[in-house]
Amino acid sequence: MDFLNAIVLIANFVIVPALTYGSQLALGAIGVTLIYGVLRFANFAYGDLMAFGTMISILITWKFQSMGITFGFLPTALLALPFAVVVTIIVSLIFDKFIFEYYRIKKSPGVTLIVVSLGLMFVLNGIVRIVIGTGDKQFFDGQKFLIKANEFKELTGLNEGLAIKSTQLITLITTVIIALMLFWFLEKTKTGKSMRAYSNNEDLALLSGIDPSRVVMITWIIASILATVAGTLYGLDKSFKPFTYFNNLLPIFAAAIVGGIGNPIGAFFGGFLVAFSEIMITYAYKKVLIYLLPESLEPTSLMQLLSTDYKFAVSFSILVIVLLFRPNGIFKGKVL
Amino acid sequence: MFFSAKNLSGGYGGVDIIHSCSFEVNKGEIVSILGPNGAGKSTAMKAMLGMLELSSGEVTIDGKDLSNLNTQTRVKLGVSFVPQTKNVFTEMSVQENLEMGGFLRDASYKETIDEIYELFPVLFEKRNQIVGELSGGQRQQVAIGRALMIKPSVLMLDEPTAGVSPIVMDELFDHIQRIKEKNVAILMVEQNARQALNISDRGYVLVMGENKYTGTGSDLLNDSEVRRSFLGG
Repeated sequence: MDFLNAIVLIANFVIVPALTYGSQLALGAIGVTLIYGVLRFANFAYGDLMAFGTMISILITWKFQSMGITFGFLPTALLALPFAVVVTIIVSLIFDKFIFEYYRIKKSPGVTLIVVSLGLMFVLNGIVRIVIGTGDKQFFDGQKFLIKANEFKELTGLNEGLAIKSTQLITLITTVIIALMLFWFLEKTKTGKSMRAYSNNEDLALLSGIDPSRVVMITWIIASILATVAGTLYGLDKSFKPFTYFNNLLPIFAAAIVGGIGNPIGAFFGGFLVAFSEIMITYAYKKVLIYLLPESLEPTSLMQLLSTDYKFAVSFSILVIVLLFRPNGIFKGKVL
Repeated sequence: MFFSAKNLSGGYGGVDIIHSCSFEVNKGEIVSILGPNGAGKSTAMKAMLGMLELSSGEVTIDGKDLSNLNTQTRVKLGVSFVPQTKNVFTEMSVQENLEMGGFLRDASYKETIDEIYELFPVLFEKRNQIVGELSGGQRQQVAIGRALMIKPSVLMLDEPTAGVSPIVMDELFDHIQRIKEKNVAILMVEQNARQALNISDRGYVLVMGENKYTGTGSDLLNDSEVRRSFLGG
């Protein structure tokens, strides 16, 4: 019984949250990695593009809610999401046309583009704060829990409860579907293959007749879809605050680099790796150990490796360790 | 002549590297461009592909003027190019490399893939393998196969045998001869001058960016001047 209680405790506070958070990071990391693979720069504006997409989702959700449109037991935001995706795609393509294209044609080095994206990051960040404000925004509606902790306790007779929020399941399912669709697109379709070819060897892609402007456009479209979906899911699961999206840039980059930058499958698993490390290292294991250990060995401290305030230090350490020992990422082989 | 380049001069901005070079090749012919290092062989080939600024000269295919078209348009018109380095998609499979070669083609490209597997049987065996894992000679076959996917009328090869063993070199030259039988005009830059001239219908020797000697393969091989300067006696 104690053993089961310990497992439920871990599931409730580590596995379920890490799977959710990992999904959100995975989508973001794939977006960053695709942009890096095709456009050859690290896009620092990506976190704020996520915030922007989420903001559009929220505005449309509020509009729907005020019109009395809901999505039954599912959050209304899922109905708003497709519209928000379209808006974000258009905005991304406009930014590309008026900002990034110039530097691409000039063949500017990656560092220049990073600084350009940094500028765009501040602009986007400002826009989001002006439009929606800096505070916490709730836009979740529908059924909140799939299983409540109390219900779980009654059902199983265990001391510990396992709560699963509907947003957690929605996040995981959406992420898996989107990732599978994307991998299928990159591996099996002619357009997807041309993106990989362009990423692998730009000059030869040109010699094969692949149109670079089309590849670039499709990359921005996919990256915008991923940013909006990941951002909206994150906002639904927690709450929306522009600053958190800027903060998430670090774990997203860590995930992309752990997976080997330019490698979408690596970025996908990298997202989960970073999420699990962050949560496992900052979780206080005291209660788990009380269940597992004999009374004489019971811990008196919290048994927490690192306070949750330092969770970004975990991403940063992963980043440094990977760059020191496996600069090409922990997944060998294929890029894009 | 089917494909001809007349009086090409130009460089990469700044000083001209090639001066009034002319080359011609007919369908079903192999023509080699030879010369010492730094003679401008690769530059001349790039000039014909529209990859550098020309100060003068014109390039025609079947009477059609290509001089003002960019590389991609020239590819569409049937001028295919195999660069010396980075000439394959290393992270994609053999099959995908060929598919990318046929990117501009409609669904009929699948038959061309079969033809290329016939030409390079080893590629069929390795069709699902990542090209980065293949040997140098096999990679070179993938590179040539990719270029053949658009069914080119002119195939340009920049040092197809650079960095491969003599045995593989002979093999590659055999393949090139078989491509010629498919009525393709082949123009290649080569370091292995003697072997290249053996299979060439004609050759051009470039020195300091100028046409120095021109003749049939056997003429050049037997020319005492050419032998002394470029073929090692």
